[in-house]
Amino acid sequence: MQVSFEGNTKTVFWQIILALAFLVSLPFFISDYYVYLAALILVRALFATSLNLVVGYGGMLHLHPAVFFGLGAYSVALIITKTSLPFWIGFVLGPIAAALVAAAIGWFCVRLEGLYFGMLTLALGQLVWSVVYRWYEVTGGDDGIHGIDLPTWLKSTSGSYFAIVIVGTVCFYIFYKMVNSPFGVALQATRDNPQRSESIGIDLKRHRLTAFIISGFFAGIAGTLFVMVERSVSPNLLYWTLSAEVLIMCLVGGMHKFWGPAVGAVTLVLLRSFIGSQANYWLALLGVILLLVVLFIPQGVLGYLSERLPFGPFKSKVGEKHAQC
Amino acid sequence: MDGTTMLSQILVGLSRSMILFIVSAGLTVVLGVLRVVNFAHGTFYMLGAFLAFSLAKWLSFSSAGFLLTLFIAPLGVALLSFLIERFLLRRIYGKEHLLQLLLTYALVLIISDMVRMVWGTSYKSLAVPEAFSGSVSILGSFIPTYNLLLIIIGPLTATALWVFFYRTRMGKIVRATAGDREMVNALGINSSWVLAVVFSIGGYLAGLGGSLIAPTANIVQGMDVSIIVKSFLIVVVGGLGNIWGTLLAALIFGLGESIGILILPRFALIIPFIITTLILIIRPTGLLKSVW
Repeated sequence: MQVSFEGNTKTVFWQIILALAFLVSLPFFISDYYVYLAALILVRALFATSLNLVVGYGGMLHLHPAVFFGLGAYSVALIITKTSLPFWIGFVLGPIAAALVAAAIGWFCVRLEGLYFGMLTLALGQLVWSVVYRWYEVTGGDDGIHGIDLPTWLKSTSGSYFAIVIVGTVCFYIFYKMVNSPFGVALQATRDNPQRSESIGIDLKRHRLTAFIISGFFAGIAGTLFVMVERSVSPNLLYWTLSAEVLIMCLVGGMHKFWGPAVGAVTLVLLRSFIGSQANYWLALLGVILLLVVLFIPQGVLGYLSERLPFGPFKSKVGEKHAQC
Repeated sequence: MDGTTMLSQILVGLSRSMILFIVSAGLTVVLGVLRVVNFAHGTFYMLGAFLAFSLAKWLSFSSAGFLLTLFIAPLGVALLSFLIERFLLRRIYGKEHLLQLLLTYALVLIISDMVRMVWGTSYKSLAVPEAFSGSVSILGSFIPTYNLLLIIIGPLTATALWVFFYRTRMGKIVRATAGDREMVNALGINSSWVLAVVFSIGGYLAGLGGSLIAPTANIVQGMDVSIIVKSFLIVVVGGLGNIWGTLLAALIFGLGESIGILILPRFALIIPFIITTLILIIRPTGLLKSVW
């Protein structure tokens, strides 16, 4: 079976080099505010892509990814403000903490199917949220933690931006490799036909749990990067409305495309910063956009384009791969 | 902790459970019959509270006016749900859960912004109408009359729903629709309208819950997102679509919260989530039989 995603390794390599060159050159052309925005987009894009591993590729109804994002962010904040350890420990521990909690939550959730799975992620996620929200001594409760101090080279807008570009590129590359690896293909098989994949020897629960933990780990990385951009954390980072926002990004971009969630993140963050600052009713507008996407292009913007355009980079079809073999 | 504190906490918990039950009953009925997960249910609840506030204000906060409000404000919500079902919801029946969730989440965003447009961002509060503002002594502990009213309305609602679903012709049709839509159509009943009616009933119950909570809590933006997660969990713990299960789960939730305050004051918020998690791990499909 052909498991290439977009052409061969060589073209992918050049695509990545081109994208990197574009991203790295950005701060030389645009103002600081837009660099900040670009950093925010990258963080959200990484977060949404990590969620897509579970929702898009694994077909699980994961309703509360924000927990792992928030845990990543809080780990950095706590290590820097409450301990005298070097700052980078926080960035290492953040994703690990997120992955550990993901393992604990996932261990219970993968026993359930469909809506029940979704509800348990919601219940356990809100449980973590309420602990963070109420544990004043450690987390600062609903105030959160502000003024997180970072080394000077990370404090400048472009400094944090470059750090995020580098970490982000590595993460996207790993993700890309992963969804095309035997593990990624098996995971998609469990989504498309659980019974059959189980009968050919794929351990359903183990694949789902692995995907859940990996997704939590990368959401944790996105959370730590978020601290670089905002330098403050609050319990809202773990609240379910943020999870809903990221699910919307996945849907708007297209859940069955590798770059779909990233496209959704770009679209929504840009829309919010341009329209949201002008119009008073940004949320209602977001609602209308979401409504239109659900009703008319449920496959997402990228999914729609790849159906309509017979050429170009949109032609990669992850979702329909099973049709080829 | 002495017996009277315990008793009054239990009574407070009971009255809270009843509101949770009324809201969750609407959600579970919609889930059971339409098979749609409605995120906007919490927003219907909030809308009910705001409508009740405006209506009660218009009726100059009289006790009789308040009782009238309890009937009329939910009707407004039911009307809105009816329109939503006809124009939006019926396009996504049978689609994946995630699409349904996100469509109804779009409604959350739109309606709550509309509420902000109409009522503004400051919170509203509605005094308990005079006829219910006193308190009653039960075994030495005092409980507000209004809470007693809630404790009575809860089981009444449950009974009314039971009578509707199991003792009327319409209820029989609704149950048949939940079981096999095509068969209902084949018998010459337009099941599409049945679904619209059921969704309106769901909206009515959410609105009723909102109107009932109005005199006991601040009516404020954001009350929708905090109830909807609880409501979802209650529905799942009770067994999807099972009204008695929902009542049982609402009691566990409400009492867990109010008794939890006595034991672990700061982490009382967490107790219902722990209970839910335990139940879902031990009995993944809920306490009572799910209709799915």
